[in-house]
Amino acid sequence: MRRVLIIGATSAIAEATARLFADDGDRLFLVARRKARLQAAADDLAVRGAEIAGCEVLDVNELDRHRAVLEQAEHALGGIDVALVAHGTLPDQQLCQASARLTVQEIQTNAVSTVALLTRLSELMERKGAGRIAVVTSVAADRGRQSNYVYGAAKAAVDTFLEGLRQRLYKAGVGVTTIRPGFVDTPMTAGFEKGLLWSQPETVAKRIHHSILNGKDVVYVPSFWRWIMLAIRLMPRRVFKAMKL
Amino acid sequence: MGRNSRYRSWARPPAPGPQGAVRLHWRDEQLPEGGGPFLAYGNGRSYGDSCLNSGGTLVDLRGLDRFISFDAETGVLRCEAGVLLSDILGRFVPEGWFLPVTPGTQQVTVGGAIANDVHGKNHHWAGSFGHHVRRFELLRSDGSRLLCSPRENADWFGATIGGLGLTGVILWAEIALKRIEGPAMEVESLRFSRVEEFLELSRASHNAYEYTVAWIDSLTPGPGGARGLFFRGNHAAGHHAAAPSRRKPGLPVTPPVSLLPRAAVGLFNTAVYRWPRRRHAVAHYEPFFYPLDAVPNWNRLFGRKGFYQYQCVIPQDQAGAAIGEIIARVARAQEGSFLSVLKVFGNRKPPGWLSFSRPGTTLAFDFPDRGRSTLALLDTLDEITDEAGGAVYPAKDARMKARIFERGYPALHRFERYRDPAFMSDFWRRVTSGDTQQGAANA
Ligand SMILES: Cc1cc2nc3c(=O)[nH]c(=O)nc-3n(C[C@H](O)[C@H](O)[C@H](O)COP(=O)(O)OP(=O)(O)OC[C@H]3O[C@@H](n4cnc5c(N)ncnc54)[C@H](O)[C@@H]3O)c2cc1C
Repeated sequence: MRRVLIIGATSAIAEATARLFADDGDRLFLVARRKARLQAAADDLAVRGAEIAGCEVLDVNELDRHRAVLEQAEHALGGIDVALVAHGTLPDQQLCQASARLTVQEIQTNAVSTVALLTRLSELMERKGAGRIAVVTSVAADRGRQSNYVYGAAKAAVDTFLEGLRQRLYKAGVGVTTIRPGFVDTPMTAGFEKGLLWSQPETVAKRIHHSILNGKDVVYVPSFWRWIMLAIRLMPRRVFKAMKL
Repeated sequence: MGRNSRYRSWARPPAPGPQGAVRLHWRDEQLPEGGGPFLAYGNGRSYGDSCLNSGGTLVDLRGLDRFISFDAETGVLRCEAGVLLSDILGRFVPEGWFLPVTPGTQQVTVGGAIANDVHGKNHHWAGSFGHHVRRFELLRSDGSRLLCSPRENADWFGATIGGLGLTGVILWAEIALKRIEGPAMEVESLRFSRVEEFLELSRASHNAYEYTVAWIDSLTPGPGGARGLFFRGNHAAGHHAAAPSRRKPGLPVTPPVSLLPRAAVGLFNTAVYRWPRRRHAVAHYEPFFYPLDAVPNWNRLFGRKGFYQYQCVIPQDQAGAAIGEIIARVARAQEGSFLSVLKVFGNRKPPGWLSFSRPGTTLAFDFPDRGRSTLALLDTLDEITDEAGGAVYPAKDARMKARIFERGYPALHRFERYRDPAFMSDFWRRVTSGDTQQGAANA
């Protein structure tokens, strides 16, 4: 039995991943923003075999509640083996371009809140000297593109933060997994046309679950994104800046 | 609103008209303002147009796939409407519980199973799916939510079971699972060569066998009736049966033409009939209940033109004659059905106003779409069914005329008052057009 904390537990990717922990009878503590949905996710996981240690409603932007919620989770679980951080929003790039306030707010939700959570979380876990932190970033972190660089920039900040955190926590015996999903068919992406590159949350969840259990550092999900992003990163800037990506 | 090219029915090519789609993910969501007419969409395992809504908006329910509660004492499961029967079996068979009723595929949602009030091989013991539904919540387009059970909103309960998705969206339901000892089935197979013989086997098996069903060879009925195989089975006690492997090949794309030429179907049918098989066997429940699930996308074998399923039920006193005649007509037309299925239903009163399964014998075929000749044959079968006082199954239908539907489902006028005014399906448009020529014109 593992003791698993999930932040952003009602995101489609987190929910699908949580089901895989539930199948193993793991003990879960769930955190999400909306009460009724958090309860729906918790009930489902309980019937699927999870032991629900607790649920807590949290808007991740309430930074001063982070410490209390994390301590509550650690207490309810009896220690944290795995912490999966999966909350996020998908900003409307066009609207962000027209509003500095909105842009900052999106960076707040997708980067600042995560960085704050990770700071407190790593403190807890470093003290225990064991466990794994897994964070969902995005392939969008790999290179800024005109179509979604607000989101990409936020994810890149988290991504780089994780890189450093991994180095620091390595000595303490705590692992850090960076998860970079590509296009996933979830409520967050409901408005998009779905093509060949899209995957289902269940598929993505399997790889995330596997990567967490096997202590991977950085994973693209599905894995073919590693090669797509490699090609995109290798593109000369001169060419890239004129492209419509 | 998302794209919709993935929303089809099981037997037909893409919907004739463009349809929008929205997905529900949480029980606290509402239907979008405007954008109707709406229609709930489960997993698209209906064969015809009862899950299609040209010009309207499908409400995709696969995102509502959560369990809500399970009582390990009584077996009562509450779950969201988009949960697949395969999810339920996957979770609860290892704990010793089984679905009270299951259709021939586990790839259907709980909501879809209620809306078509599906039946299984145990109808003679257990009735249809709706008989095991305790309660559900219905979301209407005006935003209201109705808790329905035989005691609360009982008329909505009766209208929605078998209600073809037209009374609103079922958000969750409570069903009673039943105890089993393990995943194994004890199965027996017997040959027969006449309809009367089949009916006799059904009668003789009624009390001792929970599950009964027969396959018939629709190309070569033989003198005086129908040759086929009668299967009967029970859940086995204490036996262990190996689960079939999970990875299965399927057709990744739809070929332009049917891969099932008449000759091949003929050979297949003969092989099924002649193949030496053990009379008694212990089998895992999956191949017993879901032989077709072993080949994902088998529907694509029929090519881009698709195919028609035809399923009717004939009252028992007429069954021998009418079934015999239908089989003879089908054989003569040589339209070729891959596997034809025959089963005697039990006598329980149907739980839904528009439920298909009712006392009598049911017969199902599939026919590659060869255009006019296929439609003409199906019209003939409608007439035989109607004359015998029977009914055609909407879940399988894409072409019956309004008059045939009306005669098989006299409660439809009462039902119409309970239909959500903002809900509609291609099926309903067709069978309530009042214009019996409509079907022919569309064909
Ligand atoms: C291989 C195979 C074998 C089959 N065997 C049998 C059998 O043995 N017996 C039998 O009875 N049927 C059988 N069927 C038919 C199948 O069981 C039904 O068509 C079933 O209703 C399909 O469920 P679905 O979830 O795919 O729903 P869909 O086909 O998507 O929709 C079916 C109907 O349900 C409505 N609906 C779906 N979800 C909801 C909801 N949440 N609220 C309200 N309405 C809803 C839709 O509007 C539509 O009218 C078989 C089908 C296949 C492909």
